[in-house]
Amino acid sequence: MIRTEEMLLNVGPQHPSTHGVFRLVLKIDGEIIVEATPVIGYLHRGTEKLAENLQYTQIIPYTDRMDYISAMTNNYVICHAVETMMGIQVPERAEYLRVLAMELNRVASHLLWWGTYILDFGATSPLLYAFRERELIINLLNELSGARITFNYMRVGGVKWDAPEGWIEKVADFVPYMREQLKGYHDLVTGNEIFLNRTKGIGKYTKEDALNYSLSGPNLRCTGIKWDLRKDEPYSIYDRFDFNVVTREDGDAYSRYECRLAEIEESLKIIEQAAEQFPKDGETMAKVPKIIKVPKGEGFVRIEASRGEIGCYIASDGKKEPYRMKFRRPSFYNLQILPKLLKGENISNLIAILGAVDIVLGEVDG
Amino acid sequence: MSGEKDLEQLKKEAAAKAKAAALAKKKAMAEAEGGPSSEGASGEADDLAKKKAAAVAKAKAAAAAKRKAMEQAEGGSGSDGASGDADDLAKKKAAAVAKAKAAAAVKRKAMEQAEGGPASEGDSGEADDLAKKKAAAVAKAKAAAAAKRKAMEQAEGGPASEGDSGEADDLAKKKAAAVAKAKAAAAAKRKAMEQAEGGPVSEGASGEADDLAKKKAAAVAKAKAAAAAKKKAAELGGSDAGVDAKAKAVAAAKAKAAAAAKAKAAAAGKGDSGAKTSEPKQPSPNQVYLDKYVKIITEHLGENVLEDFYINSLSKDVPTIVVSRSAYYKIAEFLKYNESLGFDYLSELHGTDFETHMEIYVHLYSYKNRQSVAMKVKLDREAPEIESLQPLWAGADWAECEAYDLLGIQFAGHPNLHRIMLGEDWVGHPLRRDYEPYDVEV
Repeated sequence: MIRTEEMLLNVGPQHPSTHGVFRLVLKIDGEIIVEATPVIGYLHRGTEKLAENLQYTQIIPYTDRMDYISAMTNNYVICHAVETMMGIQVPERAEYLRVLAMELNRVASHLLWWGTYILDFGATSPLLYAFRERELIINLLNELSGARITFNYMRVGGVKWDAPEGWIEKVADFVPYMREQLKGYHDLVTGNEIFLNRTKGIGKYTKEDALNYSLSGPNLRCTGIKWDLRKDEPYSIYDRFDFNVVTREDGDAYSRYECRLAEIEESLKIIEQAAEQFPKDGETMAKVPKIIKVPKGEGFVRIEASRGEIGCYIASDGKKEPYRMKFRRPSFYNLQILPKLLKGENISNLIAILGAVDIVLGEVDG
Repeated sequence: MSGEKDLEQLKKEAAAKAKAAALAKKKAMAEAEGGPSSEGASGEADDLAKKKAAAVAKAKAAAAAKRKAMEQAEGGSGSDGASGDADDLAKKKAAAVAKAKAAAAVKRKAMEQAEGGPASEGDSGEADDLAKKKAAAVAKAKAAAAAKRKAMEQAEGGPASEGDSGEADDLAKKKAAAVAKAKAAAAAKRKAMEQAEGGPVSEGASGEADDLAKKKAAAVAKAKAAAAAKKKAAELGGSDAGVDAKAKAVAAAKAKAAAAAKAKAAAAGKGDSGAKTSEPKQPSPNQVYLDKYVKIITEHLGENVLEDFYINSLSKDVPTIVVSRSAYYKIAEFLKYNESLGFDYLSELHGTDFETHMEIYVHLYSYKNRQSVAMKVKLDREAPEIESLQPLWAGADWAECEAYDLLGIQFAGHPNLHRIMLGEDWVGHPLRRDYEPYDVEV
């Protein structure tokens, strides 16, 4: 029997596998993690504090910078919160543009995750494939919004710009292409024995744990809970599309991997239908007062972002700035379960477990 | 070791000072703002004593000065030029009162005081001059002061209520053109432009009304003053002009009413009107759930555990319960474990500083019943403390840490309450309304 001693190992905040500035203080005994303490806040910019002095439209660019991998959904949640409280009806064409933008962004977000997750295991080429496809989406969104990452595309009542000529056709063309590539992804990685060995049965948790720890998105659905706000509490025009809520039963890293890849397929379905149904013409902005004043009171809405349930709480005193704004950020809640997952694990599984949670530190820190 | 202690001591002292300063500031602000809100009282004062009324106007100007020193500085120069002739009458009085007020209100910044002085002199000078003859004019001056205070809102509100500015065109073409220009400039550029032009605009409007209608103006002005508390000063200016031109006034009033109704509908939202039309006739589909929750909770835990309960129409009709401080944990536990409630998922927990109290908002969801509930609890603002929900929902862990970090709420029974975002050496809690940034090095 080898005698081992406990020691402290610091991981991060600058560490490639954390995909941002995330620090973990590990107490290890040999190769086994005895205790893991996450340290966050390195990217805290006080978005909620800043929002108290900004008008609603001015807050939208700040939401881009929370989950900067999936900025469209963040744009949407604040607009949706304000629209819900003010009772604004968003024009149909704007809703379609929003859904297209959000779903494209979701695909891009999952692609980035897929590439970097495999990269964490040491395989370089999948990242390049993922970025090749992601680049196409970014280009599409760039044509739409004028930005590649921080889109600032949506406005209360609609979207900032109508789609340029031929954009919808380009989107429609992208769908079959992406489907084809997705098959390649599965051929390349999903069946790979090394990959399976490193993810199957790793970072496993139960349904009850998932609920208890307030997990959402693929992290929740990988345990078999069929829950997707797009389906279960439909917002925007999601009730018009035919798509499935992807679930897996095992609750391990591999299930989360499968969930995300299958979600890309479902998003493609939505994009395809939305491009087909896209209205020929119409407004892209509702009639909204120039100075947006949310009626006195409070409201909380939540939508399905790429990483799970993103919520926006607004307490308004009727002024043009929110009295208090709070974002329910999925990565922040999803990360909480990490110490529990890491306890007793081999340190070589740390990256596989952390990566499968899929965090964006801009969102964790708010 | 002693060095560290000294630093600690220093920090603490500085924090206490900053807090005290913030409190004083807030108090001063509240006092200063108390003035404009007591419109009725000042109306009486008008009738009784002209000087007093003038003083009230000054108080307002001082309050305005406090809030937006920058705006005042720029707006002041505008009004100074226009009402320079009026200054002679009440210069000494105005100066004395304004100074006293400024001294009371603005404690720290000499710059603000110096700039606030002239600004309020300009306003009050105007007010005094008018007050000599008519009480109405005093009210008007107030309106003007109010207009000034909301210079920003005016300028920005203009383009929003395009209907309003359209009517203004009909009434006073040149002025309206100026207004439109100011608005365009405001939209295109920034404050500086707005302020410079904002002054003359509001003066012009009030001056007109004074010349034309004395008695009517008095009545209208009072009504307006009341309205001013609620609505934009821009609207005030518009309806002033309406009184002037009687023929057009009717049409203008109608259009205004329509515009106001529109604006209201847009601003207040369908949430309100929707709630009004749908709630009495057919209650929200979630009403049954709310009734059910309330019934079960009161049956098991007693009548007085709930302070309030309602359907929040602004928040997608979520059933909302406000629980009493002492029953918070008990109800949370009940919501989770009761067979027919089964709220197994904590979606969101955060705190809000409402100045009168601290509040915690918890959004729960039941995957079993596919139902949401929002639970709120009010805490004492000075020493906010509440039981932790972490033992019930592990997901509350970091959320409570965040509320502690940013708002200073203590969660009893939390296993690891720490400053999750800012770090342990941070002074103060930024999302508290009285927060003053503090830096040891500065």
